[in-house]
Amino acid sequence: MSYEIKLDVFEGPLDLLLYLIRKNEIDIYNIPIALITEQYLSYLDLMRSFNLDLAGEYLVLASTLIHIKSKLLLPPAEGEGEEEEGEDPRAELVQQLLEYQAFKEAALSLDKRPLLDRDVFTRGAASEEEQTSVEEADDELIEVDIFELVTAFRRIIVGLDRKEELDIDTEKMSLTDRINEIMERLTEEGQISFADLLGDRTDRKRIIYTFLAILELMKLRMVRAYQSESFGAIRLFPAVEGRGEG
Amino acid sequence: MEEKIAIIEALLFASEAPLTVERIVLTLPDTEKKEVVSLLEGLIREYDARGGGICLREIAGGFQFRTRTDLSAWVRKLKVGHPALLSPAALETLAVVAYRQPLVKAEIDRIRGVDASGALRGLLEKKIVRIVGRKDVPGKPIIYGTTRKFLEVFNLKDLSELPTLRELKDLQEQQE
Repeated sequence: MSYEIKLDVFEGPLDLLLYLIRKNEIDIYNIPIALITEQYLSYLDLMRSFNLDLAGEYLVLASTLIHIKSKLLLPPAEGEGEEEEGEDPRAELVQQLLEYQAFKEAALSLDKRPLLDRDVFTRGAASEEEQTSVEEADDELIEVDIFELVTAFRRIIVGLDRKEELDIDTEKMSLTDRINEIMERLTEEGQISFADLLGDRTDRKRIIYTFLAILELMKLRMVRAYQSESFGAIRLFPAVEGRGEG
Repeated sequence: MEEKIAIIEALLFASEAPLTVERIVLTLPDTEKKEVVSLLEGLIREYDARGGGICLREIAGGFQFRTRTDLSAWVRKLKVGHPALLSPAALETLAVVAYRQPLVKAEIDRIRGVDASGALRGLLEKKIVRIVGRKDVPGKPIIYGTTRKFLEVFNLKDLSELPTLRELKDLQEQQE
C-alpha cells in the first residue's frame, strides 16, 4: 500500500478519477465503469480509514459513477424514444473529465511561465505591501475590505471556547446601541482596534453585534478600517475630517 | 542614439508599472503612435542583442524592463522572503477564470468538481482575480475575471497571449 503519499495530492474527485484512468492506462473515451468505480470507491474507503476529511464532492462523483454503472447494466428499454439511441451514459462524465484535464494542463502551463518575483524581476520592485502607503503612517496601513474583516471575525469566533455554555443572555444589546457605543469610543480615542472594541467579554453575541455594527458603519462611510499587514489587527478610524472636534 | 529613443528609454526606466504606448505618445509631442511602436521594437531588439541582465518586454498592455529569466536564482538571493507561490488548487481555479472569464463561481466549481471558494478568495486577496460585476440572473451571482496584475505576474502581453486549450478545441471539433 503505497497510497498514503498520493492521497492529499488530489485536487478533487475529477483529479482522482483522471489519476485512476492514467494509472490503468485506460482510453478516456471508453472507460470501463465497473473497474473504475470499484477503484474509486476503494480510494474513498482508504481516505476514510486515514480519517481524512472527505469532501462531499467525492461522494457526489461516487454516486454518479454508480448511477452510470447501473444504467449500463440495464438493457435499453424497448419502445423508448429513438432520441436516446446511441447515447452513452458515460458521455457527460467524459466531457467533464476532458474539460477538467484541459484546465489542469492550462494551470501547469501557467505555472511554467516566467513568473514575476519568481523568475523575472522588475526594477526595485517593492512588494504589494510596501507600495501601499496610506495617510497616517506610524506604520503603513492597508485599507481592508470585507474579506479581511470577515477573516478577522472568523478568527475571533474560532478562538471562542467551543464549550460555551448555553445561557440565556439577560443583557439586552441592540445594534443601534453598539453603533453609538463604537462611534463614541472612536470620537474619544481617535482610533480603535477590532479586538479593543470587544474587550475581554468575548461572548458570541457581543462579537456578532460588534461586527455587524462595524459593517453598518463602513457602509454608511462613517468609519474606515485599516490594517498594517495581512492578518494584522484591524483598526478603525472615523471617516470624517477633524475628528473629535465636533 | 536618436534623442527620442533615449527619452523613451528614460521613461521606461522611471516608470513604476508597464508603460503604455499611449502614455509615451502623450509625453512625446509630434510623435505618431506608429513611430513609438517601432522605436520600442528597436529597443527590445537592442537589449536582446546586447545579452545583458535586463530585457524589455511587452507586459499587460505596456512595456517594462525585466530581468533575464535565467538569472532568477541570482536576483532571488537579493530579495528577502519567498515569492508568494500559488497552490495547485489556486492555479487550476485561476486557469478556469483566465480562459472562461467573465464567469460565476458555480461554473468554476462545475469544471473543477470541487468547491472553489477558498482558492478564489486567495486569488482575490492576491489581486490576481477581481469581481467584475453581478450576473443578471436570480440570486445575482458575482462574476469574476482576471486583473492587470494577473498579466504582470504571468508575464503576458494580453489575454490573447494565453496558449489555447488544446483539449477543449478537440472537444469542440468533435461536437461540431
